[in-house]
Amino acid sequence: MPEEESGPRIGVYVCHCGSRIAGTLDVQAVAANAARLPHVVVARDHAHICSDRAIRLLRRDIDERGLDHVVVASCSPLLREHPFRPLLDGRTAGPVTLHVVNLRDHDPSRHDGPAAATTRAEALVGAAVRRALGEMPGRARGPIHPGVLVVGAGIAGIEAALTLADSGQHVYLVERLPTIGGHMAAFEKIFPALDCAACILTPKMAAARAHPNITLWTCSDVTTVDREDGAYRVQVTRRPRYVNEERCTGCLECVEACVYADARFPDKFTLGLGMRKPVYMPFPDAVPNVAVIDRETCIAFAPGGCERPCVAACGERGAVDLAQGEEVVTIRVGAVVLATGFRPFDVSRTPFYGYGMYPNVYTSLEVEHMLNGSGPTGGAIGLRDGHAPRSIAIVHCVGSRDITTNRWCSRVCCMSSLKLAHLLRARTGAEIFNFYIDMRTPGPAFEEFYQALLKEGVHFIRGRVAEVTDWALDPSEEGRLVIRVEDTLLATVRRVPVDMVVLSVGLEPTAEADELARLFGIGRSPDGFFLEPHPKLVGKPGGTDGIFVAGCCEGPKDLNDSIAQAGAAAADALAFVEGAGDPPLSAAGKILRGPRDDRA
Amino acid sequence: MASQSRPQPPLGYLYFPGCSLKGTGVAYDESLVTLFGLLGLPLEELPDWNCCGATSYMAIGEETAFVLAARNLAIAQRLGALELVAPCSACYLVLRKTVDYSYRYPEVRRQIEEAMARAGLPFPNAVRVRHPLEVLFNDVGEARIAATVKRRWSGGRVACYYGCQAVRPYAEVDDTYGPTRMDELLAAAGIPTIDYPVKTQCCGGSLTGTIATVGKELNCILLKEAERKGAEAIVTICPLCQFNLDVHQAEIRDRTGATFDMPILLLPQILGWVLGGERRALGLHRAISGRRLLAQWLGAPAERDAYA
Repeated sequence: MPEEESGPRIGVYVCHCGSRIAGTLDVQAVAANAARLPHVVVARDHAHICSDRAIRLLRRDIDERGLDHVVVASCSPLLREHPFRPLLDGRTAGPVTLHVVNLRDHDPSRHDGPAAATTRAEALVGAAVRRALGEMPGRARGPIHPGVLVVGAGIAGIEAALTLADSGQHVYLVERLPTIGGHMAAFEKIFPALDCAACILTPKMAAARAHPNITLWTCSDVTTVDREDGAYRVQVTRRPRYVNEERCTGCLECVEACVYADARFPDKFTLGLGMRKPVYMPFPDAVPNVAVIDRETCIAFAPGGCERPCVAACGERGAVDLAQGEEVVTIRVGAVVLATGFRPFDVSRTPFYGYGMYPNVYTSLEVEHMLNGSGPTGGAIGLRDGHAPRSIAIVHCVGSRDITTNRWCSRVCCMSSLKLAHLLRARTGAEIFNFYIDMRTPGPAFEEFYQALLKEGVHFIRGRVAEVTDWALDPSEEGRLVIRVEDTLLATVRRVPVDMVVLSVGLEPTAEADELARLFGIGRSPDGFFLEPHPKLVGKPGGTDGIFVAGCCEGPKDLNDSIAQAGAAAADALAFVEGAGDPPLSAAGKILRGPRDDRA
Repeated sequence: MASQSRPQPPLGYLYFPGCSLKGTGVAYDESLVTLFGLLGLPLEELPDWNCCGATSYMAIGEETAFVLAARNLAIAQRLGALELVAPCSACYLVLRKTVDYSYRYPEVRRQIEEAMARAGLPFPNAVRVRHPLEVLFNDVGEARIAATVKRRWSGGRVACYYGCQAVRPYAEVDDTYGPTRMDELLAAAGIPTIDYPVKTQCCGGSLTGTIATVGKELNCILLKEAERKGAEAIVTICPLCQFNLDVHQAEIRDRTGATFDMPILLLPQILGWVLGGERRALGLHRAISGRRLLAQWLGAPAERDAYA
């Protein structure tokens, strides 16, 4: 090993990664070859270069041998440079640059046998050594702009926003709909403890509205995203709600005064189960508690118009503002948390389950709304003709685990179906049949909930339902909905007549996910959910620093997991924006700072 | 009105009758030729055709089935035809599947190419397989059907029964789960139809001959549901569906105590009738079940010499 008198001093470290690298090429030969390169003063191979003992070895080498550059030949720097860079950073006598060679992904010759792989690895390491020679140790990172944008104000977005705001960051919370709360706002009770959903969500919604560190924008979309040095410049388009948020007191006098005496338009929030006027409050505890006017149905916007009694009723408050226009706001933030949630599976894709054809076929989300005491039915469960159902079928995995629709397991529907089974039985006394493929109840007290339902007398039939139909084989089926299913435990085809069918729908990426992924420059899985580079290592999507994800936009998950992930995303975003040391992770993954340039 | 936006239909069609239309399904052959004649569309039979490859071939030796089907397509191609009409649903499916698989699987394509080369035939890569229902819906259209109607339908409401193979897995003839084109054509011809939820269910297929109790139970479901929903006849587009429902009615009545006795008509029979076709030319005299109703509707005696 030639000890150079002058010039840069380089150390090379080749990782075995257990057998993942050492099993496909000769790591000792790669290290030995590197040792012969100019300016390389130390070259070693190590079982796990990311381990604590390897880091200590590196630090000792840097200090004792006076290294200027470190070349690590291991795996992707996007994933693993991050954890061990801070261990070097600031703890060595001098500044060093770090160069990571990704042997695990960038050595395709691994497939051509060890000899070819070793040759290729030597070339890659040699190239990194030459790159290091052209590099001067120095500071790479400027300050990160304060402030965080949270996109989507369901439970995950609200949770992330509150955590960040409580930590002192200013948060822009942007929601597409007129109210925050997301899907959770529809729920009466949540599994497994059957505690009140509103008791958890409502105070959080109110806190998000009242928090001095949160700027809440509803009816708003992110329209452009640009990267600046240390900041994202984001354009948010605020669509008109035709009611001034600062002036509206939520008194609903405008709703009373509307020329439509009756609420006659299907309400989107309750999936059309409830009716509203053109001017309405999304739901009683909506946040902000500000009325909204729907331009599509309001005749003030139609030719001829109306006398605008809503404006008159608002009087001196002057909140109703039919001339309100679109507003485009530009903000700068250091980090972004995406919490844009999910879209329920569209049941028109499974026409054999009879939704839309038979009136008493409902989706699970419709039933959630019906069970809700402040929902469109006031908590009453009835057939569309008003009668009470005597028997109810709950069909699991509609739009989940199905190669013709969505292949993935939606994770939450087994438990939510069990919850609905319990609540429907309690409310109606009906006989309940669950049709399931596998019962998936992993989680705190989830399996116990399932066992409790078995004891309650809820029926469980294992088999994917073939169809929901109204053709009757005998008088007992006349006028009822018949579930045709192969009972895979009895090995027989069964027909189960019921009065009401609940389709437990799966979770899908939202319609906007594609556009958002493009705007923020992040990846998506083949299923369309936002993708993390490595779900077990980093809570942020690949390719873009400072973007973090939370909740169902990253994949179906229940409330527990969404809230936990929201907290984690907030912590990650906080560390990113406020972090004292770490330079941002770049794809090249190479800059390390040290005390020397801080003094400079 | 719609004819302006619709491309002009071809001057005639080449069709592949298959064994059914020359045997138990002869009424389908008669009525189809008659109906197309009434619409001014000559229907020419594919020369030198052979077995389509359906029956048990597909289950026992796929290669044989594909090669048999391909030979029919190759003959059509050599004649310069761009499409081949297959009225029997089983023929339609195996021909359509052969075209699909020859593109999707190189191995199937190689087998077909080799066999065609040995027979001195081209590899059939230009022939589109079509079903008469789809031809009537897309090329002829409801407007032209309505304009060609000569007789007022004097019968009762009918159930449109599509069966399985015409709509599954290929959804070109009609929607896989909720086909409606037959209903729409009949509505255009002034024939009332019912909502028939079992319209794509199994007719029993060849089970009526092999495991007869299962097959006939499936027949029974279809007949009962049609009766329950207020239909007086069932209209089909498949010779096997028509055969199963027509032939076994008497036995099902004896076994179950059911009272239905309903005509099982083919789509070209009922359409041909309202378009002015004659009873024998449409094979209507061959009906086995529901003869009394048919006689009443068509104004003719319930003949006994069906297959004379």
